[in-house]
Formats: sequence, structure tokens, C-alpha cells
Amino acid sequence: MTKLGQWLCGLALLGSAWAALALAPPGLRLPAPYRQALLPLPVYLLVAFGCYSLATVGYRLATFNDCEEAAAELQEHISAARADLRRRGLRF
Amino acid sequence: MAEGRANEAARHFRFRPAALSAPVVPAAPRALIGCGASPPRPVRQRADMAAGGADKFSVLLPTYNERENLPLVVWLLARTFRESGINFEIIIIDDGSPDGTQEIAEQLVKIYGSDKILLRPRARKLGLGTAYIHGMKHATGNFIVIMDADLSHHPKFIPEFIRKQKEGNFDIVSGTRYKGNGGVYGWDLKRKLISRGANFITQVLLRPGASDLTGSFRLYRKEVLQKLMEKCVSKGYVFQMEMIVRARQLGYTIGEVPISFVDRVYGESKLGGNEIVSFLKGLLTLFATT
Repeated sequence: MTKLGQWLCGLALLGSAWAALALAPPGLRLPAPYRQALLPLPVYLLVAFGCYSLATVGYRLATFNDCEEAAAELQEHISAARADLRRRGLRF
Repeated sequence: MAEGRANEAARHFRFRPAALSAPVVPAAPRALIGCGASPPRPVRQRADMAAGGADKFSVLLPTYNERENLPLVVWLLARTFRESGINFEIIIIDDGSPDGTQEIAEQLVKIYGSDKILLRPRARKLGLGTAYIHGMKHATGNFIVIMDADLSHHPKFIPEFIRKQKEGNFDIVSGTRYKGNGGVYGWDLKRKLISRGANFITQVLLRPGASDLTGSFRLYRKEVLQKLMEKCVSKGYVFQMEMIVRARQLGYTIGEVPISFVDRVYGESKLGGNEIVSFLKGLLTLFATT
């Protein structure tokens, strides 16, 4: 199954479970307090996922390594390479 | 942390005069290659451990206008491989660069020998995917290293890739900027944000089991790369991503090594609106089709 298919399956499963519980006909309804918690649940989940995403990306952005030494080391290696290659007769 | 990284780098990349290193088998490479307990091919490796076992590594370098960088990256590659006692060849696939890249490549062939540097140019710019296919036709190694020729990927990481490959007997070892000591140099906050954001979305949608999908510093078993090249159709960033996604589909194993990515020292780096749009298109295509 494609990743899109997996997502659709998952969403359909959760969605129908939610709909069955929250939008049931009057005779089969859950007690009022449960229903009140259930109705806005999808929105809560969406907001929670949004927060998680922002926090994760923000944290990873803040901890993204700046490889200063790698850049400095590369410059040294470049000078060494240039000198050695010239010595071996390379015309740049 | 920065300190540790510098040490790590120094450990794998020491200056050693040729005269000194030639007769003595360096200690570090011996630990790098072979000796791992897990790989199931110990006999073949032990037979010729100092020379990197029976393995040969073919580096594919697709170039376009890399006259400045090509000799430097070749020099670094040759030194890294020689210091580690690894059997190698470098295949330069130049797509008809107007800046004289081929002329300088010919000089390099003279310096290093035509068994180490193979110049296999093409008439015009034909894309990365076909460059790998073209290069692989001429590769005699059983492993293929792909990397950028613009010095953003330092060859010093290749011995770590090889050690990692042996450790887990992986089919692919991918360099990653997003894990451990990996990182980037020369990116502003906006570029980092786009990179991290794109990576997060990709991880959520594709769950690929590898942290750096758009990187292009990787080690492949030759037959694995061949198989993947048959399957992959995308271009640009998405091409590298598709390779990992297809690899997972086909059941290949992937190891990861943190790398530092030093953005193009010479020449212009490119990341415009067009790249972002084509990345998203490619991502959604993979999402819907794999």
C-alpha cells in the first residue's frame, strides 16, 4: 500500500470511530460530559500535532550544528592541496 | 561537543608524509576496515586486511563547471584512500563543462595514473541520474561512493562510511547532516529553517527510516545502486530521496554516518522558489506512489 493509502486508511478508521461515538443518534448517545469532550477532539488533535511540529522543527533548527571547524579545516586542506598539486605540475 | 568533533575529524584525517606512511601499516585503518565481528565475510577480509580487504571503492564524481574544485577534491580523495590503505578509483563524469573541467581532469589523470582517475565525459548536461548510470558502466569496484565534487562533502568521512558498512553489513551508508555531530556550514537561518521544515514534512509523510533524504554523500553496494537506478525516475533533490525510499521498499538496509556539509566554497549555491516547488511536487508524488 502507498503511504497515501496508509494515511487514508488510518484517517478513515479514526474518523469513523469518532463519528460513531460523537454523532450517534439520540438513543445511543454517550452521557453528555463524554460527548462534550468528544465533539471537539479532532480539532484538539490537529492543534496538538501543529504544536508538536512547530516545537520539533524549532528545536532542531536551534540545535542545527554550525560546522565552523569543518570549514576552517577544509580551508587548510585546500591550501595544502593547491601547494602539493602545483608541486606535481598541475596548472590551475 | 565542538571539541569532540574536531578530535574525531583529526583522528580520521591526519597529515602523514608519504615516505613515512608507505612501509608502515597505519593503526587506525586496520581498526576501520575488517576486524568488525558482525560482518559474515571474515576470511576474505582477513586475507588482505591492510589493503582494505578485497573491496574496491569507485567514487563517482559528476561535474559541471568544477574546474576550481575538481583537483582539490581528487587530491583529498586520493590522500584519504592512500592513508587508509583502501583500494579505490575515481570516475569523473563531466557533462561538457565550458570552463575547462575536462582539461584539468586530463592533467589529474597524468598525475595520478589512468587506473586511479577515469575520465568518462559526456557531450552535454544530461542530469545526475544518467551520470551515475554512465559512471557505473565503467566502475570496477564492488562499492560505489557518490558525492558532490564542489567540496561540500569532505572525503575524510569515507573511511567512516566504510567502517559503518562493515559494522552492520549495510547495503547503503548515507551521510547525514541531521544527526549526531552532523551539521552544515554557510547556511543562514532561513536556509536552515527550510531544510529542517522540509525534512520534518518528509519524515512525517514518508517515514523513510533515514534522517537525511536529500543528501548526496552515500556509499552503495554496486549491485544495489544498479537496481535502484533502474527504479528511480525523479530529478534533483527528489532523486536522492527516491533512492532511499525505493531502497526501503526493496528491503535494503541503510546505515548512517553524521557528516558536516560545508556549502560551496567556490561558485554559487542555489536554493530558490523553483527548487522548493519541485521538491514539494516530488515529495507528494512519492507520497502517493510509494
